[in-house]
Amino acid sequence: MKGYLVLENGEIFEGERFGTNKNTVCEVVFNTAMAGYIETFTDPSYAGQGIVMTYPLIGNYGVIPEDEESDRIWAKAIFIHDLAQYENNFRTTKNLDSFLKENGVPGLFGINTRKLTKILRDYGTMRGAVVSDINQLEELIEYIKKYKVENVVEKVTSEKAITYGSTKPKQIALLDLGAKHNIINSLLKRGVGVTVYPADTSYEQILARRPDGIMLSNGPGNPEDCVEQIKTIQKLYKTNIPILGICLGHQLMALATGAKTGKLKYGHRGANHPVKDLDTNHVYITSQNHGYYVLEDSIDPDIAEVSHINLNDGTVEGIRYKNKKIFTVQFHPEACPGPEDTAYIFDEFIRVVNEGM
Amino acid sequence: MRNKKIKKVLVIGSGPIIIGQAAEFDYAGTQACRELKKEGLEVVLINSNPATIMTDKNMADKIYIEPLTVKTVEKVIEKEKPDSILPNLGGQTGLNLAMELAENGFLEKHNVRLLGTSPEGIRNAEDRQCFKDMMEKIGEPCVASKVVHNVQDAVDFAKEIGLPVIIRPAYTLGGTGGGIAYTMNELEEIAASGIRMSRVDEILVEKCISGWKEIEYEVMRDSNGNCITICNMENIDPVGIHTGDSIVVAPSQTLSNKEYQMLRTSSIKIISSLRIEGGCNVQFALNPNSFEYAVIEVNPRVSRSSALASKATGYPIAKVATKIALRIYFR
Repeated sequence: MKGYLVLENGEIFEGERFGTNKNTVCEVVFNTAMAGYIETFTDPSYAGQGIVMTYPLIGNYGVIPEDEESDRIWAKAIFIHDLAQYENNFRTTKNLDSFLKENGVPGLFGINTRKLTKILRDYGTMRGAVVSDINQLEELIEYIKKYKVENVVEKVTSEKAITYGSTKPKQIALLDLGAKHNIINSLLKRGVGVTVYPADTSYEQILARRPDGIMLSNGPGNPEDCVEQIKTIQKLYKTNIPILGICLGHQLMALATGAKTGKLKYGHRGANHPVKDLDTNHVYITSQNHGYYVLEDSIDPDIAEVSHINLNDGTVEGIRYKNKKIFTVQFHPEACPGPEDTAYIFDEFIRVVNEGM
Repeated sequence: MRNKKIKKVLVIGSGPIIIGQAAEFDYAGTQACRELKKEGLEVVLINSNPATIMTDKNMADKIYIEPLTVKTVEKVIEKEKPDSILPNLGGQTGLNLAMELAENGFLEKHNVRLLGTSPEGIRNAEDRQCFKDMMEKIGEPCVASKVVHNVQDAVDFAKEIGLPVIIRPAYTLGGTGGGIAYTMNELEEIAASGIRMSRVDEILVEKCISGWKEIEYEVMRDSNGNCITICNMENIDPVGIHTGDSIVVAPSQTLSNKEYQMLRTSSIKIISSLRIEGGCNVQFALNPNSFEYAVIEVNPRVSRSSALASKATGYPIAKVATKIALRIYFR
C-alpha cells in the first residue's frame, strides 16, 4: 500500500507502508549508523521524531528483544530505503514489520533516503507527516507546521522509582529523563547500585537516600523545556556529590549553571562521530543522538571548561566543572548502538564516586 | 606536522600481478607515492613490474625497474641513500623484503628507518606462534589447536575442544593423510593415518569451524594510538570456502549491533597490542549460533581487502596509511 512523507516545505516522498497503517506528524531527523536499528528505534531520545535511516538496507537481522533500549519504540515513524525480506541472526524473534505493528508505529520503505537526507542537511531538520493520500496538501502542510515536540520527557520517564543492586556499597541516583537501558547496565556492570528516579523527582527525594553519585540521563526534546529539572539540578550542583551527565543531562547541567543551548541545523545522529578529548588529544569514535548543543561562548570560564569537542563541526562534546566532581558528555559512552570506545567515561565516574565526597 | 627528519623515501612496489601481490597494490602504492610527493619528499621507487601506474614517470623522482630481491634493494639503497623505507603498501613481497633488510642489519647500517609499524609488530602479527601467544596474552580467542604425536593425545584433545576437528599432518604435500573427523572412530582412523604419513610422526589437531561466519575489519591506527575502523566486511560464504571463491560485502549484513561492536572492539584491541601504525586487516570467524568467535589472522599492512574496503567506502586507506607513516596524526 502506498504512503507518503510530506515535509513542511512541500517536498513529497512516495513509499510503501509497513508497520501500523496510520497517519502521524513528527520531526524528521536522519541517523547514519549502519548497524543497531533496534537500539535506535527504542531510544527514548527519539520521542516525537521520525527517523530516516541513511543506511539503505534495514531489517536484515530482524528484531532481537534483548537489544531494545527501552520497553517500546519511541520514534513516531520510520523511513527507510529497503526493507529486508528475510532476516538472518541467531537471536531474531520477529521481523521489523511486526515490531512496528506491535508498537503502533507507521513506517515507509522505498523512500529515496539519500535525497531526503540531502534536503534535511541543506534546509535543516524539518517537520513532516506520514499520510496515505496527498489530496489536501495545503491544509496538511499548515497542520504539519503547527507540530512541536514538547513535554516529551514526562512521557518517556519511568513512572516510579526503582532500585537495582540495593546491597552494593556505592549507590548511584539516576535521574531518568528518558534513560537508555544500557546506561543502567553500564553502571551495574561496574559494581554499584542504581536507583532510577522519575524526571519530576525533587531534590529532597533524591538526596533522602544519600547517593554516592548522581547520573543525569539522556532524553528527548528541547533542554530549555525542562524548567523543573534545571531547578533541581541547580541544587544538586551545590552539593559535593559527583555527577555525570549524558546528552540531555549534559545540556541541563550547562543550563543550570548559566550556559546556553542552541539547536543544531540537522543534529548529530549516528555511530561514527569523531570526538577529541582535549586533555589527552586522543580521538574517539562515538555514538551520538542530539539536536541541541551547548553554546561554547556561553560557558563561564570560572565555572566550567570544555573537555571534548566534535571533530566534524567543532561543537562542545564534553564539559568539566571547576572545583566540582562534575563532568558531562554530549555523546553516548553507553553506546548501544555504536562503538564502545568511550566506556572509559563510566570508569572515570565510578573512580570519582569511589574516592568519595 | 610530519616528522621533518624524513626527506628521501624508498617505496617498494607491488611486483608482478599474481595471487598474493595483485594490481590492488599498484593502486595503494600509487596513492602512497602521490602523498609522499605532496608532502615534498623525494621518492625512490623500486618495482619489477613496468606495467603499473606507479612506474609512470611522474610518480617518483627515481624509478628502478629491477627484480624485487634483497640484493637489488640493497644496491638501490647504497646508491640512492634514502633515509626511510615505506614497506607496508606493496603487499606481502614488499613487507618481506623490508623485514629481511631489517633483520640482517642492513637498514641500521645504512641509517634507513622503517616507516610505519615496527619490525617487532610485524613479526608478532605474521609469525603464527608469536601471534597466538600475543592473542592469548590479551585474551583474544584463536582457533583451538594442538600438535600431537600419537592417537591417544589426539583423542584427549578432541574430547577437550569437541568434535568435529581437522587433522593436519606435518610436512605432507597438500595435506595428504589429513581430514575432518566428525566422530571419535573417524578421528582415531584419520589421526593414525596422518601420523603414519607425516615424516616426523606429527599432526595438528584443530577445532573445525567450517560453517562459521567469516568477518573482516579494516582498522587504522596512528602512532598516537588513535584507532578507527574503516568498515567491516562479511563473506557471503562461510569458513571452509576460500575467500577468493566467495563474495564479500561491506558492511556486514547479518550482525546485530552487539556482534558488530564485539568484533570491532576486539580488532581495536588487537591492532593496539601489535602497535600497528597504518592500515591493518583483522579476520574473524564467528559462530552463527552464539557470540563465540576466533581471530583467524591479521595482515599488518595494506592488503587486498584494504583496496576493496577503500573502494567500497571511499576512504583513502593507502593515502592515510602513508600520512601515518610520516607521523601525521588523526586529529
